[in-house]
Amino acid sequence: MIDVVVDIILLTFLATTSIAIMRINNLFAIVMLFGIFSLLSAGLFVVMDAPDVAFTEAAVGAGISTVLMLATLALVKRKKEPYYDEAPQTHTAWLPLIVVIVTGSALVYGTWDIPSFGSPDAPSQTHVARFYLENSMLDTGVPNTVTAVLASYRGFDTLGEVTVIFTAAVAVLLLIGGKRPKPALKAKDEEGQDEA
Amino acid sequence: MKPNLILHVIAKFIIPLILLFALYVQFHGDFGPGGGFQAGVIFSAAIILYSLVFGLENAEKIIPHHWLRILASLGVVIYAGVGIESLFLGGNYLDYTFLGSNQIAGQHLGILLVELGVGITVASAMLILFFAFAGRGRE
Repeated sequence: MIDVVVDIILLTFLATTSIAIMRINNLFAIVMLFGIFSLLSAGLFVVMDAPDVAFTEAAVGAGISTVLMLATLALVKRKKEPYYDEAPQTHTAWLPLIVVIVTGSALVYGTWDIPSFGSPDAPSQTHVARFYLENSMLDTGVPNTVTAVLASYRGFDTLGEVTVIFTAAVAVLLLIGGKRPKPALKAKDEEGQDEA
Repeated sequence: MKPNLILHVIAKFIIPLILLFALYVQFHGDFGPGGGFQAGVIFSAAIILYSLVFGLENAEKIIPHHWLRILASLGVVIYAGVGIESLFLGGNYLDYTFLGSNQIAGQHLGILLVELGVGITVASAMLILFFAFAGRGRE
C-alpha cells in the first residue's frame, strides 16, 4: 500500500519536473532539473527493489552528469544575442497534439499486455533469471546475484563495458584534454611585451 | 572564487564519509548492493566535490593528471590480466574457478579483483572527464 503512495508521489514529481524542463528557457535551471529528475528516478528504482540501479542513477545521473553539464554550460556561455530568428511555424498546434495523442494511446494500449510488476509468469523471470537465482550462490558463493552475473557469468560483457569507459576517457583527452598551447604562448608574449 | 566558510566546513566533514562509503560499496559489493562501477563513480564524486569547493588547482595536487591516465589503464589491465591469469592456470578466459583452492574461493578472488579493476578505471575515467571539462574553462 505504502509502495503505491510513494510511487504516485514520485511519478507526479517526475511529470512535474519534465513539464518544467520543457517550459523553462534558462539552461542552468534545466540542468538542475535534470539532476532532480535523475534523483527521483533513483527513488523509483529503490521502491522497485533495484538498489544497484538506483545507486548508479543517483551517482551518475544526479551527480556526475549534472556537474559535467554545468562545466559545459560554463564553457559555451552565450555572450551575444542569437544571430538567427526562430523558424516560422508552418503548421497549426493541432498537428503535434494529434501525433502525441495517437502515440500516447498506442503506448498505453501496449501496456495492457505487459505482465504485472514482479509477476512470476513474466517472460523475463522464466528464461535465465531462474537459473541465476538458483545457482549463483552455489557457483560463486556471492550472495548478491547482480554482482555474480555482472562479474562472473557475464564477465566478458563487463570487460567490454570497462573498455568502453576507458575509450571514452581517452577520446575526451584527445579532443579537449591537455594544455592548449596557443593562448598560453600569446599570454606569455604579452607579458614579455609589458616587461619590455 | 570567494571562500565560503559554511561550504568549506561541510565539505571537509562530508568528503571523508563519501570516500569511506565508496570503499564500502567497492569491497562489500559481493554482499550488498553496489560494485565497482558505483564505487568508482562515488569515489570520483568526492574528489569532484573537493575541487568544486576548494578549487581545481588544489584537486589536481591530490591526483596529478599523469597518475589518472596510468590508473585508468591499470584498471583495464587488472581486469584483462585476471582473464589471462585464469587462462594460464588452465581455465577459460575470465573463468575464475582455478584462481583459488576451490571453486568458491577462486570465484570470490576473481570477482573481487575484477570489481577492483572496474572501480579504478571508472573513478579515474570520471575524473579525467571532469578535469578535461573544468580545466578548459580556466585560461
